[in-house]
Amino acid sequence: MDDLLTYDAVLARFDPVLGLEVHVELNTASKMFCGCDNTPGGEPNTTTCPVCLGLPGSLPVVNAHAVESAIRIGLALNCQVAPWCRFARKNYFYPDMTKDFQTSQYDEPICFDGWVDVEVEGETFRIEIERVHMEEDAGKLSHVGGGTGRIVGAEYSLVDYNRAGTPLMEIVTRPVRGLGAKAPAVGRAYMAMLRDLMRALGVSDARMEAGNMRCDANVSLMPTGTAELGTRTETKNVNSLRSVEAALTYEMRRQGAILAEGGRVVQETRHWHEDGEYTSPGRNKEQAEDYRYFPEPDLVPIAPDPAWVEELRASLPELPARRRARLQEAWGFSDLEMRDVLGNEGSLDLIEATVAAGAPPAAARKWWLGELARRANEAGVELGAVGVTPEQVAQVQGLVDAGTVNDKLARSVFDGVLAGEGSPEEVVASRGLAVVSDDGALGEAVDAAIAANPDVADKIRAGKVQAAGALIGAVMKQMKGKADAARVRELLLERLS
Amino acid sequence: MALTTADVARLAELARIALTPEELERLAPQLDVILDAVASVSEVATADTEPMSHALPLTNVFRDDVVTPSLPAAAVLAGAPSVEDGRFRVPRILGEGA
Repeated sequence: MDDLLTYDAVLARFDPVLGLEVHVELNTASKMFCGCDNTPGGEPNTTTCPVCLGLPGSLPVVNAHAVESAIRIGLALNCQVAPWCRFARKNYFYPDMTKDFQTSQYDEPICFDGWVDVEVEGETFRIEIERVHMEEDAGKLSHVGGGTGRIVGAEYSLVDYNRAGTPLMEIVTRPVRGLGAKAPAVGRAYMAMLRDLMRALGVSDARMEAGNMRCDANVSLMPTGTAELGTRTETKNVNSLRSVEAALTYEMRRQGAILAEGGRVVQETRHWHEDGEYTSPGRNKEQAEDYRYFPEPDLVPIAPDPAWVEELRASLPELPARRRARLQEAWGFSDLEMRDVLGNEGSLDLIEATVAAGAPPAAARKWWLGELARRANEAGVELGAVGVTPEQVAQVQGLVDAGTVNDKLARSVFDGVLAGEGSPEEVVASRGLAVVSDDGALGEAVDAAIAANPDVADKIRAGKVQAAGALIGAVMKQMKGKADAARVRELLLERLS
Repeated sequence: MALTTADVARLAELARIALTPEELERLAPQLDVILDAVASVSEVATADTEPMSHALPLTNVFRDDVVTPSLPAAAVLAGAPSVEDGRFRVPRILGEGA
């Protein structure tokens, strides 16, 4: 295993510098350069044709929708759109591409010079975007033999070319400095922001676990107080938001240990191991890759009409950062409350839907971040998969507001809903959960509580109203939690004043 | 222009073409002649001649995002030297000691 410096020791001596290359598969109907179905997951090699297989004599034609998506992504990332650009061939020999080259863009990306802000724990960090370019995904390899399913030790490999030719966007940041201890968290927040952005634009499903969005995480360490960039490593196979943060943290600690010993970091590609949470070196290349890029002669240049670009700019949907600001204001949440919401995966959408279903925002937030987050956590599922819909949460809150149930009983209502016992109202009826606010029944319980606790009753008579809590508690206990606490208090004070 | 045998060896490696030292010696001057011939184009081109990568002055040749039929898998795999589970079977990618 690698030597690792403690995280604090790394930060005491070095400033991390990040660079993130993100690949996003577009969800177009057809592939980038041919009409093959772009839906992932079909039977192997059933969505290929002479173009995406690179058979002699075939000619690619650019998918207009993919270009539109690329421009919209660029605009959403505050990029310039190139007035004129070309595709290029990136030549390499590897069985994931039968053509022996990937059609990509080289020094003429369709979008460039952008920026985007991400927030971590209330602090805003600006990430500069160097470029957004268009290319195609490659086929999928499965390695057989060797037991691990990995390429090392495999006896042979199997190739499915369905994915070859899927439109792929590469989004590259400039080196990001000045992040300090938050560097890994900023990397993660950037990925989360990109994912939300892709979904808001509707251009990609952006599911990291499905490989729709993939991250190559570059990091280097700069001795504090200097301005000279250190040697970076590039970590691949980082397939979840959590892994982005963990892989960056690991590399910072690994590089820190090497540098602290006076060693040199090797510039290399490293592989993230999700199971053991460490990186290992990739293949050692004897010399830098030479892809012999040249302009793709089978595709004519792209020159987006400025009027079209402006039309796309004007029709961008509300982007995540703006939506958050709007919702925070509409809901009257403090910055701290909003941070809790944003820190809780999926809760923003759920709260919005719950509010739309009629619940007050504060109540919607309370249920999703409290009771329901706890249950999701216990069940080990995402909040959205907890088993209660926003409409049901709004209905439960409606019952609370109407005085039918109190918060404690509402939890039992959720139990019933989760157990499949029907709507919140049906659960209240079938489980007999409604609060008792009938003065007759409550009065008896109040009298019993006073009789059982004469000392407390005397204190209240003497003016110590805060002692009423003990008697209210006694009544609640007797009524099995189903008493209307406010009415119990009124009845108590009436009798003891 | 003087193309060295080392240049040609590097190009051959990139193109995955195995050449013997004798072939490198023979091919380097031949390739040099070809490059010189192509270079003569630059004598004709003036400073205001834009470099071009296409013969036609076209831009924005697009197709609509419409799915068209793919090849049947059997046809796709028919030419493969080896097939397993509907996939192309390819030899070990990393050699021993990789």
